[in-house]
Amino acid sequence: MRNLVVRRAIQMLLIMLTVSLLLFAIFDSDQFREKAAVAELGGFGIATLSADDYHEWLQKKGLNEPFLARYAQWLKAVAHGDLGRSVEKDVAVATLLKESLANTAILAFFVLLGLIPIALTLGVLAGMNEGSRLDRVISVAAVITTSIPQIATAVLLTVILALGLGWVPAKSAMTDGWSFRPLVLPLLTLLLYDIGYLVRMTRAAMTEVMASQYIRTAVLKGLPPWRVIMKHALRNALVVPVTLIFLELNGLLSQVVVVEVFFQYAGFGRMLFDAANFGDIQVLQAATLVAIAVAVVSQLLSDAAYTFLNPRVRFK
Amino acid sequence: MKAGIALLLALIWLPLAGYVMFRPALGALAPYLLLPSIPAVILLYGIAVRSWRESRVAVFGVTLVCFWLLMAVTAPYLPLLDPNKPIAPFVAPGGIKHGVLFLLGSDMRGRDVLSRTLWGCQRVLVWGITATSVAYVVGAGFGLIAGYLGGWWDEFVSFAGNVLLSFPVMLLFILVLNLLGQSGFNIIIAVTCSSAPVIMRIVRGLALDARSRDYILAAQTRGEHPLWIMWVELLPNVRGPLIIDACLRLGYTTVAITTLTFLGLGLQPPDPDWGLMIKEAATAALLWKYSYMLIVPAVSVSSLILGFNLIADGTREMSLRD
Amino acid sequence: MSVAPLLECKNLSISYAGRAGDVPAVVGFNLTLKPGEAHGLVGESGCGKSSIALAVMRYLGRAGRVVAGQILFRGRDVLAMNDAEMRRVRGGAIAMIYQEPMASLNPSMTIGEQLIEVPRYHEGVGHRDAALRARAMLDRVQMADATRIMHSYPHQISGGQQQRIVIAMALLSNPQLLLLDEPTTALDVTVEAGIVDLIRRISAEFGTSMLYISHNLGLVRETCDRITVMYCGEAVESGPIADVFRGARHPYTRGLFASNPSPAADKNSRPLRSIPGQLPSPRARPPGCLFGPRCEFFAVDRCDAQPVPIAPIAGSGDHSSRCLRVDEIAWDAAPAAISSRAAAVFGEVALQVNALTKRFGSVSANDGLSFEARRGETVAIVGESGCGKSTFAKILMGLLQANSGSVQLAGLELSRLPVTRRNPQTIRALQMIFQNPFDTLNPSHSIGSQIARVIRKLGVQRDAAKVREQVLELLDLVKLPRDFAARRPRQLSGGQKQRVGVARAFAGRPDVVVADEPLSALDVSVQAAVSELLIDIQRRERTTLLFISHDLSVVRYLADRVVVMYLGQIMEQGSTEQVFAPPYHPYTEALLAAVPIADQHYTKRKVLLSGEIPSASNPPVGCRFCTRCAYRIPGTCDRLAPPLQQVAPDHQIACHLPREQLAAMRPVFEEVTP
Repeated sequence: MRNLVVRRAIQMLLIMLTVSLLLFAIFDSDQFREKAAVAELGGFGIATLSADDYHEWLQKKGLNEPFLARYAQWLKAVAHGDLGRSVEKDVAVATLLKESLANTAILAFFVLLGLIPIALTLGVLAGMNEGSRLDRVISVAAVITTSIPQIATAVLLTVILALGLGWVPAKSAMTDGWSFRPLVLPLLTLLLYDIGYLVRMTRAAMTEVMASQYIRTAVLKGLPPWRVIMKHALRNALVVPVTLIFLELNGLLSQVVVVEVFFQYAGFGRMLFDAANFGDIQVLQAATLVAIAVAVVSQLLSDAAYTFLNPRVRFK
Repeated sequence: MKAGIALLLALIWLPLAGYVMFRPALGALAPYLLLPSIPAVILLYGIAVRSWRESRVAVFGVTLVCFWLLMAVTAPYLPLLDPNKPIAPFVAPGGIKHGVLFLLGSDMRGRDVLSRTLWGCQRVLVWGITATSVAYVVGAGFGLIAGYLGGWWDEFVSFAGNVLLSFPVMLLFILVLNLLGQSGFNIIIAVTCSSAPVIMRIVRGLALDARSRDYILAAQTRGEHPLWIMWVELLPNVRGPLIIDACLRLGYTTVAITTLTFLGLGLQPPDPDWGLMIKEAATAALLWKYSYMLIVPAVSVSSLILGFNLIADGTREMSLRD
Repeated sequence: MSVAPLLECKNLSISYAGRAGDVPAVVGFNLTLKPGEAHGLVGESGCGKSSIALAVMRYLGRAGRVVAGQILFRGRDVLAMNDAEMRRVRGGAIAMIYQEPMASLNPSMTIGEQLIEVPRYHEGVGHRDAALRARAMLDRVQMADATRIMHSYPHQISGGQQQRIVIAMALLSNPQLLLLDEPTTALDVTVEAGIVDLIRRISAEFGTSMLYISHNLGLVRETCDRITVMYCGEAVESGPIADVFRGARHPYTRGLFASNPSPAADKNSRPLRSIPGQLPSPRARPPGCLFGPRCEFFAVDRCDAQPVPIAPIAGSGDHSSRCLRVDEIAWDAAPAAISSRAAAVFGEVALQVNALTKRFGSVSANDGLSFEARRGETVAIVGESGCGKSTFAKILMGLLQANSGSVQLAGLELSRLPVTRRNPQTIRALQMIFQNPFDTLNPSHSIGSQIARVIRKLGVQRDAAKVREQVLELLDLVKLPRDFAARRPRQLSGGQKQRVGVARAFAGRPDVVVADEPLSALDVSVQAAVSELLIDIQRRERTTLLFISHDLSVVRYLADRVVVMYLGQIMEQGSTEQVFAPPYHPYTEALLAAVPIADQHYTKRKVLLSGEIPSASNPPVGCRFCTRCAYRIPGTCDRLAPPLQQVAPDHQIACHLPREQLAAMRPVFEEVTP
């Protein structure tokens, strides 16, 4: 089992290296460089950037050096924690990242806090008794919430809860300091979709397990129903959903972009989006790297969880 | 039968795609282009309802999707107001101003919301279907190669897939669209980058499973070429799960396209588009009495995605019953 | 006579809800099981035998339900019990043993946990005591190393061990009734023999009643007191084992016996007789007698007039039959004569295998195989799982390459020539029939187009009209209607698909055909038909047939020569008569003794192997069979590779035993002198 995890870890490291090279190449392209030049030199857009100014800027930045040499240099700087400076906000990227990541982590924490118990319970309840009325109600609700794109959820929730009922603020910029009420809308937006998705996956896993022959064995052993569910079914049915929860971290990184931009919440997604629009290349580069690191680590965790929960893989 | 359905799909998709992607180039031809698609959509709906008749869920989904398809091909012929022409701003649904009836109201620039909503589905459908199809061709091709040929091919293709999969999807979109510029064609590339690796994994798994089947061995023992085996012997048998996944994926792509236009990253104004409508209303008119401007496009896009998801659910339910 | 029955099914009918209404699975089924009695339930797939066991347990799934009749257990109606009562019965008074032990055990719980549950929930025993009882029970089902097994997960032990665990689990609550649903079908023959022996001992030792469901007449004969034969959801014949096996009184039962190869059956003198026609679909049941359309004694306007009741046979005790003409048919008359075949004449050597070796890393899947096959000859390669027979087939077909040794087909070396580099003539000369009928045809293409592709690909014909003509001729050859060309594989039964597989293999008029267990997934009556077909075509075309199988009764019937393999090596080879008579290799002896015999005219000597088949990745040193051999000579067999003894011309045995000892072995089967 340890071998398996080590092998996956090496694979992940290889992926990280490839991705970083790829990223460096992307941000080294003229499109991004010109954007960066405009952002730093000022001006009204790429169209107004003269060829001479651009070349001078390249020279000054040392961007005419060979590609691989600069890649090695960049890698070294990143390894030392030096992620560069934000042109737009004129602070160290690391500082900016820390703040926005902390804000997003708060959001993610509450999402997982609501997601895991609700989705797993509903999924198990629905899958336990396929075709029952409870199953049908839960399934229909889940397919509807997963069908509404998060921008639409955000819109509808804002209209109802903020504009209509006035219970919570419509925006979550939190200019007056941190409070929980502005978090409600982004949270609900994220939860509605994610719960629906996880419920569907859990239900599918549960119905498959309930139809299996070992559940038949357990029932025909004369075990009480709760014992069949809790001891025999859950252990096998939760393997897939639990691994999915880890992968959900990766999905959350995508979802927070939309939600944070819509609700103007000062988190990681919004920072990333703004940096891309403004041409704040070093911020974008660092944020991308962090996002991918989170994705890769969550994949590793998910693999580890799968291995741990699955004796067939664990004791091979 | 199969050829007939393919012909119908071509009759719908080709004119629609031409209409949406290359309208300026079409000139005077443009107004007539969509005429053959209207009977094609109706016929397709009939066939779809027949073949999914055992699942009420799927029939409902088919109805939703075909409704929007029909709106997409009939929009030019319906008695609608010009979707881009400012007439009277902030008219509530059902209101009449300057002698014009706004059934679903008008937006902050005075354009008719009903007309923009119905026209808006054209762009979402065309780019969504096209992007998903391209992703499918690429993903399924690499999946077959990885799954059937195995060995180094598998290692390489799987690794490349893992690299792409380690990007959060939205990040991938932002990078690709910033790198290549913002247009419908680049959305296709972005969607392909994010969806193809997933499709590749699915097809690879299915191909790995099918590879050990006796009929594949039979083909190998009579010396068939790997390309023949992949195309003729393998692909038709992995179709079932792929149809389900394709429906779900059409939904995901629709979400992606609407979200991208909402973020200002994808299709550009002024042509109507649901994501754009939400974006404009959310920035300019975020008030309770103007909420219809948000709700109409939001409900529209959700109903289309619900349609795709229900078709997927119904198909899965039917395949499990067999 | 006054003993109260333990289990009674009265007029039991079970249906499954389908898309187009209810589909009957069991109709008007009656059964009386006395305490201590073992009752066999025999029939082909789809006859409803498993549904009966599940109905007794009241576990028919959401689609299934009992539509009529009663199931009385100790006089109480199972269907009327409340949930708590039902729980006490399930796994308490009635326990079940399943067909697939691996799937029946929970993959994420240790075996100990799964065993301990039974006494804990049925008798409220504490954890410690329950663990002790579980361990003791493991000893009783002859599981060595009980402590380790208790802490293992199901996937860590072999299939035979898994089935012993399931049996132990069933016995832990001391049940009065055991339901066994094909408990050995998924196991190798020698492992099966061990499990059958265990089941027999249990019923004697514990006095448990058994309902033994099987498709195998021989197994039922060896384990049960009474038998019920089922056809299309109805019991067609029922009675004491001795009566039914001595004198079957229903045409279907008789047909089953006739299609079952007996140890003496010979393809030339006594060809098998298959049952004509096919099982009717459960939706389109024929009127009157369900077996009518396939029955040679069918009487128009009588047999199809109204449903036939099952009735006791006059003057026979409790032997009953569902046949109107039971008193009219001359049951003891020899069946209508089937023309016997002339013995085949073999030609020159068609295929020569010499010292063929294939390794996968440390696993030697084939180790020094040498044998030859002549033109028109059927050579059977016999062995259990892991013996390397499928690897050999793949090397032959060019899907794998050997490490050393040679395979020569008409002078051409094939052992390291992948199929992609073989010329069309070679590919055409060597074709294969596959094991699984549900997998052998591509589900996406029509039968005709699949055969046509082979014809074109092998270069037999190119002209479209001629190809079409030849497809139809091939369908004629395998006795399928010509309109099957337009059908899809899913519209065909297993036997029909396998016929298409035969047609496809013979499309290019091959010199050598490799048949990898082509009959093992088919029902007995279908097996007979397909094997007859195979023999007929082979005779006509003078094809060499390499018949890979684990089923010795089929091999005995089909093969001219037999090669017995164990863990990648050849243990014995010779003509069929030589291999099936002493001197035996000890492994051959055990294999023969493991075959269940349905024929009343034979008795069988008991030879049981100890242990399980070792892993091929770590084969025993010396003789590979030494770990399980009853004749093992310590110090020799476990150190030195056995010598190849030529015990007769053309008959070789790889064994350390002295020739005299081999020669002194008694036959495994002996004919009963009436």
